[in-house]
Amino acid sequence: MLANYGYKDGSGEFFIVVDTDKCDGCGACVPACPAGVFELVENQYDIDAENPIAAVTKEHSKKLKYSCGPCKPASGYDKAGMACVKSCETRAIEHSW
Amino acid sequence: MAVETARTEYWRWTESRWTSPDIDWRNGGVISGGVDVGSVSTQAVVMVDGKLYCYSNMRTGSDSPESANQAMAWALDGTGLTIDKLHATVGTGYGRVNVPFATKAITEIACHARGGNFMYGPSVRTILDMGGQDCKAIQCDEKGKVVSFLMNDKCAAGTGRGMEVFADLLGVHITEVGQLSLKVETEPPPVSSTCVVFAKSEASGLLRQGWAKERVLAAYCSAMAHRVGTLLERIGVIKEFAITGGIAKNPGVVNRLAKELNIQPLTTTMDSQIAGAIGAALFAKALHEKKGRS
Repeated sequence: MLANYGYKDGSGEFFIVVDTDKCDGCGACVPACPAGVFELVENQYDIDAENPIAAVTKEHSKKLKYSCGPCKPASGYDKAGMACVKSCETRAIEHSW
Repeated sequence: MAVETARTEYWRWTESRWTSPDIDWRNGGVISGGVDVGSVSTQAVVMVDGKLYCYSNMRTGSDSPESANQAMAWALDGTGLTIDKLHATVGTGYGRVNVPFATKAITEIACHARGGNFMYGPSVRTILDMGGQDCKAIQCDEKGKVVSFLMNDKCAAGTGRGMEVFADLLGVHITEVGQLSLKVETEPPPVSSTCVVFAKSEASGLLRQGWAKERVLAAYCSAMAHRVGTLLERIGVIKEFAITGGIAKNPGVVNRLAKELNIQPLTTTMDSQIAGAIGAALFAKALHEKKGRS
């Protein structure tokens, strides 16, 4: 399942996409993100699932543009080099911008 | 001295309840409950063996647990059922953790997909929930399992709350807003701002310029349709398409959205607002059965 966390406003689209079919719930992204954007939650989309999945916290999903700003290409990072993307071995995390 | 004059609450929609004439819970097996405590409305649904038995749909008060209790009490009113007879209950929606009698809380995204599947049939692939304070675009499979979703709860643009504000501003009852907005001969340009507060000041300006009510409503409904239309672009619209939530009852938005997306949404005889609670009740049934297995 593709979970799109974030929003679209007048200045653009700001989404983090977590592919829950790839996410194995290892939790590496949680401490990796300098802004603390991620948390592990129960996988409620699949009633038989046993692993938790990574999700963007409610607090950050409404201000991703700012939470992720310091890691963005304009600040000298490339997408593949972002801490969250790099920490995810199963490549379950993507950014829309 | 201030004089109280009669006031009309144009935004206030009618609360309702319903019991199935064909089902007797005493003959049934699993009795499951679902409560969707939204930001604007709360629905309680009871299902007997996965069939819709009764429901209520009312406004959410300032106290979420109390709203959940009231909604369930009203749904059960006259049925002879009591809350303690429900085998399992799932809470969902904005206030899902505040349902005192719930076995479990489940995210509204999963519940809307499941409920949409029940209400509109297994051919539904895209569900747009236009709720009181947020907007969700969900893609699901034939079993009502979420394939992808997108939720915008950052602002109230394109939601029921925004429509309530406009009903109040124009003095048009909320249930008539949609029809009235369709009475324009030519479609006015949409209001430029989708933010409810900005759109409201823009609309007052238009009224002052002499715009008729229906023209202002048309401008707002079309801005709203356009906004959720662009939200849907991100996850894509696959046939069949259905709209749930209160705005599904507003033809002013629904018709314009259908035109913009070039796809006709499915219709249902059920109340479009109870999709989340139905999904919750179906999850409650599944949880109860899973518990029985283990």
